[in-house]
Amino acid sequence: MINGSKINIEHLNLHIGNKHILKDIHVKIPEKKLTVILGPSGCGKTTLLKSLNRLTDLYPEVKTQGKIFNDNEDILHPKIEITELRKKMGLLAQSPYPLPMSIYDNITYGLRISGRRKKKYLNKRVEYYLRQVSLWEEVKDRLKDPASALSIGQQQRLCLARGLSVDPDIILADEPTSALDPVSSREIEELFLKLKQRYTIVMVTHILRQARRVADYVIFMYLGEIIEHGPAKQIFENPKNPITKSYIKGIYS
Amino acid sequence: MKAIALPNFKTRRVLRESGSEFWMKCCYILIWTMPIILLTGLIIKSATLFQEKSVLELLFSSKWKPLSGQFGFLPFILSSLWITFLSILIAAPICLLTAIYITQYTKRIVLKIMHPVIDILAGIPSVIYGVWGILIIVPFVAKMASWFNIQSSGYSILSGAIVLSVMIIPFVLNILIEIYRSIPLELSEASLSLGATKWETIKKVLTQKAFPGIISSFGLGVSRAFGETIAVLMVVGNVVQIPRGIFQAGYPLPALIANNYGEMLSIPMYDRALMLAALILFVVVTIFNLGSRYLINYYEKKI
Repeated sequence: MINGSKINIEHLNLHIGNKHILKDIHVKIPEKKLTVILGPSGCGKTTLLKSLNRLTDLYPEVKTQGKIFNDNEDILHPKIEITELRKKMGLLAQSPYPLPMSIYDNITYGLRISGRRKKKYLNKRVEYYLRQVSLWEEVKDRLKDPASALSIGQQQRLCLARGLSVDPDIILADEPTSALDPVSSREIEELFLKLKQRYTIVMVTHILRQARRVADYVIFMYLGEIIEHGPAKQIFENPKNPITKSYIKGIYS
Repeated sequence: MKAIALPNFKTRRVLRESGSEFWMKCCYILIWTMPIILLTGLIIKSATLFQEKSVLELLFSSKWKPLSGQFGFLPFILSSLWITFLSILIAAPICLLTAIYITQYTKRIVLKIMHPVIDILAGIPSVIYGVWGILIIVPFVAKMASWFNIQSSGYSILSGAIVLSVMIIPFVLNILIEIYRSIPLELSEASLSLGATKWETIKKVLTQKAFPGIISSFGLGVSRAFGETIAVLMVVGNVVQIPRGIFQAGYPLPALIANNYGEMLSIPMYDRALMLAALILFVVVTIFNLGSRYLINYYEKKI
């Protein structure tokens, strides 16, 4: 069913204070596929996503047990080089958070902190990644403008390009279209469909129709547990669990 | 009955509506008129001095001999500027690093404990800071001067600046903490997920984002420092001279006014000279405020 798996999550438990947020998550995320983590709000989807690149470290009250393997490397191991790990995963947040600098610098930021400083190289990369997200034609004459001057949809595509700029294998997207208008949302979805040929994409969403449009593989979560996971076709057309069934019929969303 | 009551009720509501707006407008106008009255008062009071002396002479002469009618404000202006900039120079890095530490490196509880500490620091009367300065800072500065083989009583520009910096720290720190706290966590996440370290994120992203706010907090600190009177007056030495080093005594503008108003008024033109000192204070503080506002706008457009 799964040929190559990119991320193996093994018995992951996560507590925030006394609350048990993720309960024994055990799942494999396929490589170069678009995996959707689906479920109603507050079921732990975002927390699961953020544990993948250890952004959960930012919250001191979070306690995790279990293992997450990425290319046979345990992500949760305390001695792992965290900056290298995070560079392997581009992050796209719920609403765009461009860095407080120019459009150009937003793309080169990741490159510059990893020591790339040659102007010519940076220029090339900026054009390359902005073309990847079909933003180049729109902004090529105003690369020095602050990124905050772009529209929200453009900002989100810029954030995607910024995430790609450090050459990750994985794209983590946390409800990436929830702040966008329908046209911009569709643009992001189309970009994802294009990008999944080269990247492993993990996308959190609670929008059922979006999941249907883009997913190859679906992980359905409810109240901190994985209820069901499998190829999109199977989950949408023939869900086994009654909770999945009723969600897909649209009872919860 | 009902038909009569209804329009009555309506007119009362309309009256109340316009009435409340009237009172708000009054308060608003009051706020506006206060600085204007203050400024015109100062200008009128000191204007006659300009008839006899040129502005250049008043501002840039260092001859202060009230008995022979010579009023050169340069020593006072320079003392004030020295003390102010020295104090912000001391306070700024302390506040900035503390704010970053509290908001980025510690748990929430630390911030909760810190708030009352800041409030206490801000609430201490300035005369107490002055006494503390005389007891501790002045001897310390005298000792410090001796390390550099400089003769100093300790009553000096540096003592004033140190006392002042402690006094402005709570105000600047308070604003800085709020600014760093208001930066969304997602911005840090964005930077971190690009492989940045925590320090790189703070330095290149968060501080960039906070920059307009940082300027405004420093601007407030400068304004407060420039006008602070008692605590500085107690430790600065109050010698009319152009300070040639931080271990020399100075005589800032607010100290001049506070020391002499009401006592030396028998000397002709002295009262007008003090009014001019107040006017200079007013104008300089206004320039600081406008300057920082300009910088804030400039940097806000850039991010």
